[in-house]
Amino acid sequence: MTGSGRQKWIGILAVNGALVIIILMWTIPTLGIFVSSFRDRFDIQTSGWWTVLPHREWQTIETIAVADLDVDPQGVMDIRGAVGTFEELREGVQSEDGNYQVTWVGNRRLGRIEIQEQVWAVSWDFTLDNYQQVIGGKEFEITDAEGNTEVIQGDDMSNAFLNSLAIAIPATVIPILIAAFAAYAFAWMRFPGRRLLFILVVGLLVVPLQIALVPVLQIYNELDLNGTFLAMWLAHTGFGLALATYLLFNYIATLPRETLESAFIDGASHFTVFTRLVLPLSVPALASFAIFQFLWVWNDYLVALVFLGSNPDLEVVTQRLADITGSRGNDWHLLTAGAFVTMVLPLFVFLALQRYFVRGLLAGSVKG
Amino acid sequence: MGQLDAAEEGGASALTRLLSLIFRIVFAVAIPLIAFAVIYVGFIFLRDTETRKEITAVVAIIWGVGGIALLYWVFNWLVERLPDEWTRRLQPFVFVGPAIFILLAYLTLPAVNTFMLSLFDRDGWPDGTGFYQIWTWPEAFQSESFVGIQNYIDIFSERLLSEALRNNVMWIVFGSTFSVAFGLLIAVLADRSRYERFSKTMIFLPMAISFVGASVIWNFIYEVRPAELPQIGLLNAVVVGLGGDPKPWYAWADIAPWNNLFLIVIVVWLQAGFSMVLFSAALKGIPEELLEAARVDGANEVQIFFRIMIPYIRGTIITVWTTIVIFTLKIFDVVWVMTGGQFGTHVVATQFYRQAFTARNSGFGSAIAIVLLLAVVPVLIYNLRQFRDQEAF
Repeated sequence: MTGSGRQKWIGILAVNGALVIIILMWTIPTLGIFVSSFRDRFDIQTSGWWTVLPHREWQTIETIAVADLDVDPQGVMDIRGAVGTFEELREGVQSEDGNYQVTWVGNRRLGRIEIQEQVWAVSWDFTLDNYQQVIGGKEFEITDAEGNTEVIQGDDMSNAFLNSLAIAIPATVIPILIAAFAAYAFAWMRFPGRRLLFILVVGLLVVPLQIALVPVLQIYNELDLNGTFLAMWLAHTGFGLALATYLLFNYIATLPRETLESAFIDGASHFTVFTRLVLPLSVPALASFAIFQFLWVWNDYLVALVFLGSNPDLEVVTQRLADITGSRGNDWHLLTAGAFVTMVLPLFVFLALQRYFVRGLLAGSVKG
Repeated sequence: MGQLDAAEEGGASALTRLLSLIFRIVFAVAIPLIAFAVIYVGFIFLRDTETRKEITAVVAIIWGVGGIALLYWVFNWLVERLPDEWTRRLQPFVFVGPAIFILLAYLTLPAVNTFMLSLFDRDGWPDGTGFYQIWTWPEAFQSESFVGIQNYIDIFSERLLSEALRNNVMWIVFGSTFSVAFGLLIAVLADRSRYERFSKTMIFLPMAISFVGASVIWNFIYEVRPAELPQIGLLNAVVVGLGGDPKPWYAWADIAPWNNLFLIVIVVWLQAGFSMVLFSAALKGIPEELLEAARVDGANEVQIFFRIMIPYIRGTIITVWTTIVIFTLKIFDVVWVMTGGQFGTHVVATQFYRQAFTARNSGFGSAIAIVLLLAVVPVLIYNLRQFRDQEAF
């Protein structure tokens, strides 16, 4: 019995151990930018973000002027157990017992010697400056560690955030509305061409949207629609509609037949049945598609790049972040904070409505 | 029941049929067009007034969404005023028409137009002709801009595109394989753990992150510093800690095309959650008796995994695999943000963007888009077959 009991424990341990490793692999990247976004911009550039964890660090405990030491700088010296020539000491030498690191700073005659000891340290110098700079649109002054002031133009992420919202909400609601009507018709009405039209919907599910970008852009140019919210709403509606119709059809078609029929017998019209009965009953399906479409639109980069590229004032968060990556790819204090600003809302929506999202996935949501 | 089986076309006269066809099309087109016109006018008005952006956005949202809902209501009201027979004939098209119209206007017709554009040179349709002016087509085909299949010949002879095609194959092969493998592994592990919900959420979370955001996240992991400075990128810190030299990873052109793997990792990281969810649901569908019987017969867990689980969820594996293949086929954001196609990392979609919008060569760009479309045709046909076999429709 004990043998199988132990085997069981080893099994549980192996499963959970492997799981922990994978979870770490999946969370550490995000954790890295999250932690970094709160670190001072100088700290980010000079030390890894993991130094916020307790770690061993060399710290100077004593400084001695060379003149006070009785050593021959031309030969091999022994200072506090650290043995080496001048050149070696300039690089830093550890004492034989490993307790000290001795470093020669300056030249042979007038330099000084720093004795360092390893101590536990955490670099916990957190700040909200990065977020201020990335979110704010105005110019403001910052003072660095040496006391120099510098005027910096903010990255105006708040404007981009508003744009993203103003695009994502209608681009989510409009296709749902149109698709729900169509899905109802496909499921509960009989009309000529019904099958053919639904085949069109199914066929368009996997069509890459790249196929439509050039012609749609040309039409937009003629209608002077480029760089407007309207252009984005309609484009996202067009590109999301096939999936929306398909998903909602799958759900609406499975609603209990008896319920709908008894409503018709009572003299209700299709429109009444649709608005009073079918829509309320379909809330789970509507919600799962809404989450999909919202995340898709919010996270979209290509469509925004093509149809909004000409109007910097309407830039969405992904464009803004990509711009910072392109122009100042080494400003990690901005990139990390900026990335987090773009992620906050989708992560929140996702965590709050995860159940519906999973249900939508299982219902066969595959975006073309 | 009567209303469900509407529209008996059989006995109708030719005139009635013609009339109902015309009215159906009118209804299908009218709602979107009027909606568009109304929203457009309101929009121009909003754009020209000097209000705060927040207010403009809220008004625009209400205007757009409310306007469309109202139109459906008005048109339905009109149709319901008609004689019963005509209501039955036309009402479905009030419901389904706008969706079909938008699908035609935004995907189907542009796809055909893209194909036509791919037969022209960089400036597309010659002046005075156009896709929607069908009567001008003969003129366009006779003009000098019409180059036939020359763009396609160029695509397959130009070095940049062969590089993009090679990389896309790498993306498809490695991206889908790793996503499926990790998804399956995690699903199996989580299924046996007490912390299933938590672990799945953590793996799933990256699905909410944009490609651009993920690019920043991983760029930070791959960040490289000169060897004498402390590394701030996690991967190089580990490599240096183990005694190696820091490397620029995805920008490491010496190992091309394998540096693409460092970009593919990002998408695996984003997509593993997707396959995990589908596999997890499929695994839960395996009857417990089946697994129990195998255990009684002395099968170990590895055997159960390969002999029972994998065959049982084969359908799901195929679905997930094709989905991720289609997905990686169109990969754009990650490559565009991380490298812009440098260091031998171009893919078909980045070349499409570069040709169509940066170089403004609409003929060449369109031809690349058609290649992308052709690549999904097998899946498209498979989907349609599946649909045909469905009894329900």
